[in-house]
Amino acid sequence: MEKVMSNKIVIALYVLPSLLLLLTVIYVPIVLTAYYGLNQWNGIGSMTFVGLDNYQRLFTDTAFWQSAWHSLLLALFSGVSLIGYLVIAMILSGKIKGANLLRKIYLIPMLLSSVAIAQLWLKIYHPTNGVLNSLLTSVGVHNPPEWLANPSLVLPALFIPIIWQYAGFYILIYYAGLKNIPETLVEAARIDGASAWQIATRIKLPLLREVINVTIILSIVGSLKYFDLIYVMTDGGPNGASEVMASYMYHQAFRSFDFGYGSATAFALLFICLVATWLIRKATASSDTIQYS
Amino acid sequence: MSNEYGLRKRSHRKWVAGLTLMLSLMLVLSGCGVGKDDKGGSNGEGGKITLKMMHLWPEGSSAQQSKLVTQIIDQYQKDHPNVVIQQEVLENEQYKNKLKVLSASNELPDIGITWAAGFMEPYVKGGLFTPMDDLLNGSKLKDKFVPGTTEAYALNGKTYALPIELNISPIYYNKAIFQKYNLKVPTTFDEFKQVVKTLADHGVAPIALGNKDRWTGSLWYMYLADRIAGNETLKKAIDGSGSFDDPGLIQAASEIQTLVDMNAFNKGFNGLSNDEGKSEFMNDKAAMYLMGTWELPNFTTNPAIPQAFKDQIGFFKFPMVAGGKGNVDSWVGGPGVGLFVSENSKVKEEAKTFVEYFVVKWGEQSVTQAGVIPATKVDTSKGNLPKLYVDLLNELNQASSITLFADVQMKPNAAQVHLNMIQALFGKAVTPQQFADQHKAAIQKEN
Repeated sequence: MEKVMSNKIVIALYVLPSLLLLLTVIYVPIVLTAYYGLNQWNGIGSMTFVGLDNYQRLFTDTAFWQSAWHSLLLALFSGVSLIGYLVIAMILSGKIKGANLLRKIYLIPMLLSSVAIAQLWLKIYHPTNGVLNSLLTSVGVHNPPEWLANPSLVLPALFIPIIWQYAGFYILIYYAGLKNIPETLVEAARIDGASAWQIATRIKLPLLREVINVTIILSIVGSLKYFDLIYVMTDGGPNGASEVMASYMYHQAFRSFDFGYGSATAFALLFICLVATWLIRKATASSDTIQYS
Repeated sequence: MSNEYGLRKRSHRKWVAGLTLMLSLMLVLSGCGVGKDDKGGSNGEGGKITLKMMHLWPEGSSAQQSKLVTQIIDQYQKDHPNVVIQQEVLENEQYKNKLKVLSASNELPDIGITWAAGFMEPYVKGGLFTPMDDLLNGSKLKDKFVPGTTEAYALNGKTYALPIELNISPIYYNKAIFQKYNLKVPTTFDEFKQVVKTLADHGVAPIALGNKDRWTGSLWYMYLADRIAGNETLKKAIDGSGSFDDPGLIQAASEIQTLVDMNAFNKGFNGLSNDEGKSEFMNDKAAMYLMGTWELPNFTTNPAIPQAFKDQIGFFKFPMVAGGKGNVDSWVGGPGVGLFVSENSKVKEEAKTFVEYFVVKWGEQSVTQAGVIPATKVDTSKGNLPKLYVDLLNELNQASSITLFADVQMKPNAAQVHLNMIQALFGKAVTPQQFADQHKAAIQKEN
């Protein structure tokens, strides 16, 4: 068996399928996108090479920067909400009643498709018949807000379902991480008289550090390229108030027939995500790795 | 030893077998993507010709149209046993997106649906649609179309698609609600505003609007522009020979904001889709709804909608504005969708023959069966047509002008600016002057 695995040809054969897939589905399109970004192209006719014009335009395009700002807000918001997920996971991993049931409840949104979630929340946010506004009216609010039509409310209104959608995912990761911490450590601390707070902050948190780093990268990069729920619920509206980078790219390429510019936007998005990943890794890198024993 | 050796050998064989299986699977999978003829129209076994047709009448949301398409296709296949027609059905927005993606990879279906003018232009310039002039002048279709319909599909003297719908946009209203508040059908914009005010005061949403889709709000702007500045001014502003700076057009924009201030539209309209907005009207919650005649089936023939509701729906023309240059018989509308044949289709001639057949049959049957107004001339003497339908058809025949929907007239980029500005105008995020400036800039850039 080991002999087979050390055979270079076999290794190559194993790697080949996924390498081929990765190349054709990910890397080739990236290179093509970069190339399209250098062209003026409506997606149908012939391309005209314009060099870096599209990228220059991107720098002065206020609509793009506005959408980038919205993406950044979403990234910050989901970054902060990780704290909430962590707290919930800590509580769930403790011996509390009904933890099993709660875990399942948190996981449910993960099982739904984004479109289903969007439809569900559209119903909740409906300005007159929606659950939310009906509730508000019944407790005496005369003019409940028009959540998705109000430019200053639409972003927070969209962030909430997004947070809800991913809660289960992150709670599960943290939960798994917490379960990995040897019970003996916690036990020892408890015997030494540590409080629950001390156990959480001095033992569990440091040991969870690697896991936390991963979730930070996942949530921030995921937020920067976020698209589906926003596309279905508001399509970037009203008047661009909920446009994010990915939806802006989509609108440029597919609605305005500006494939070149859309591709440039896509490439910029990729670049921003890479820079963000690099920055987070820098910020969270630690020299000392913690061992359990 | 021998046992161990045997085991190793067997597992080795297993690995190799597994690998072979995986690789062959990969080949099969990739073969699916590349090898299959996605352009359709292959001459399959037994000399059968397959025509691929992509359209946008899903059974759910366009029941009548969907039924009619299937019926026509079935009949055609019966008459032409060597032809198989495959339908691909998508919902409106998805359809538009898929069309673009397929165009970029040069894989358009043999037959598909397009909109007129600015929407169609990139496809025609990219050489993707085939000219249909031979059909237009052929024995079956010559002089069959309502004048002015096929022109919207012409570019550089050639016609690239055959229209199958003709639409105008009346304001539908709920007679029961009007009666309840003692309201009369308004003929002037002042009367209209009075109606709006009365309804709003009584807590009834005067107008159903779903402006997330934006073209819905555009209809209101277009009518006001038409009534105040006249259809020539609007047309010129859109094609770039005039300007959106025209005081009449700016006034139209500010009238929109007046209506918004009067709470003329249902709550939260900028966050609702057209379907959601429409449901306010369909549920008796809003009194009026401005929409194209493609909605007629819902008020006449659609069996899913209660007759009691259908009976209480009437329509009126967009009212006159005092001092305006418009004509009350001038409409916003135009040919709806049309059928194109792909230039790269391998079975172009067969596809064209089917399109010709389709247009003729659609013209004969869409009236009675789907309640849609076709682009071909309608003989109203035949059949038992709903009154609402006949009345609108008469209006259509008397129309002094039909202004094509702005987002269809404009080129894609300017159309997007227009639509965004409409949402901003309704949301009071721009002033009428800024609205005009943005339009000017976008239209200049495209010309």
